[in-house]
Amino acid sequence: TLAERTNLAGVRHILLVLSGKGGVGKSTLSTELALALQNAGKRVGILDVDLCGPSIPRMLRVQDSAVHQCDSGWVPVFVGQDKAIALMSIGFLLERPDDAVVWRGPKKNALIKQFVTDVAWGDLDFLIVDTPPGTSDEHISTVEALRPYQLLGAILVTTPQ
Amino acid sequence: LAAQLSLSLAECPGTSSAQAGRAAACQGCPNQGLCAAGAAGPDPAEAAELRARLRAVRHTVLVLSGKGGVGKSTFSALLAHGLAADETKQVALLDIDICGPSIPKMMGLEGEQVHQSGSGWSPVYVEENLGVMSVGFLLSSPDDAVIWRGPKKNGLIKQFLRDVDWGEVDYLIVDTPPGTSDEHLSIVQYLSATHIDGAVIVTTPQEVSLQDVRKEINFCRKVKLPIIGVVENMSGFVCPKCKNESQIFPPTTGGAEKMCQNLNVPLLGKVPLDPQIGKSCDRGQSFLAETPESPATLSYRNIIQRIQEYCEQHHLQEEKIM
Repeated sequence: TLAERTNLAGVRHILLVLSGKGGVGKSTLSTELALALQNAGKRVGILDVDLCGPSIPRMLRVQDSAVHQCDSGWVPVFVGQDKAIALMSIGFLLERPDDAVVWRGPKKNALIKQFVTDVAWGDLDFLIVDTPPGTSDEHISTVEALRPYQLLGAILVTTPQ
Repeated sequence: LAAQLSLSLAECPGTSSAQAGRAAACQGCPNQGLCAAGAAGPDPAEAAELRARLRAVRHTVLVLSGKGGVGKSTFSALLAHGLAADETKQVALLDIDICGPSIPKMMGLEGEQVHQSGSGWSPVYVEENLGVMSVGFLLSSPDDAVIWRGPKKNGLIKQFLRDVDWGEVDYLIVDTPPGTSDEHLSIVQYLSATHIDGAVIVTTPQEVSLQDVRKEINFCRKVKLPIIGVVENMSGFVCPKCKNESQIFPPTTGGAEKMCQNLNVPLLGKVPLDPQIGKSCDRGQSFLAETPESPATLSYRNIIQRIQEYCEQHHLQEEKIM
């Protein structure tokens, strides 16, 4: 089957972290959730599809890491205790951390598709997908690209006001 | 085999630019074929239409961030209220956050609708001299999600500029969504038909915000958008009971002050956290009017004055040149 031959074949559950509103703590929650699950003995990955404002690399102190290729595709950056959390973010692909990624929708969509199909995630219990604020290109493309796989569901983050 | 990957991150030249489909950044973009086959250059008739419509706008200020949830909309709303306090000035507030339009609620205009007349769409007026436009006014219900890709968002932004009858405006304030994407590229492109005085960039003190804001500063430089300055929101909290000051969002890397020094950009001011700000926004009231004694009000007023001075000076320089 298609699922057997893809890079997401070994991923048991995929969780989306969404909000709509910016600055409510999506990336913070994605990071803490990943660390907690890993601490509980689960194999975890984080996919950061916030292309304009990727926060996860800094939150896990790997902002200076680089992405390499292997036969199955792109190798995620391994972070956390025992280097056991797999992470992919556009943050690793920037020449300089302050480079603005000023892309229109079609180019963002192309990269998100690549992140979903070309990253060699290996065997994971949970893949957490951190998203940017809004309900636009990134969200539509991410859900479309993940639809054939084990999409567990979405966690929605807000603040009280 | 391991090879280091890096992206060529020149930005998309724009689907209507002369370079569409032909720039280095177009390689591998799924839209490349369409762009390369299309007419080169922006539509001159369109540009002329926008120029005519925006001719009566004296000053335009963009409120940007890069980071979400730092107080762009809050600041835009208060800037509009602050400028409109002078009844001789006509102020327009345009909300181009299509997915998350906060301005209607913050201005106490939820439930209002846009009316059409012979001269175009009418803005919704808060005061006689303060008109507002937002996608929020076009939704049948405030919970309706606007799930649009870039091109459709760009179309609505163009309509906001072309079809709204703003009339004579002293200050047009444009509130933007977080990021550096379609909305931001489009507004800069469409407003090149008139001129933009500059951008006010909003941040909070922590590094996670600053790292997105540095990108926004680079975006402004890339598209040659002058930066009026940076505003640091949520900068400290003074307890009203014990008067003790706390840093709720500690500036672990020096805050906006250090960033502005490093990037040679003016720091317009720092605004402390005040729970009344959020409350006023939720209730659609002007925080400046409701809580005149708050240190945050004083900060905001100083910042608004600096922006006014920048715009007036800018205008004088332009007149000298002409």
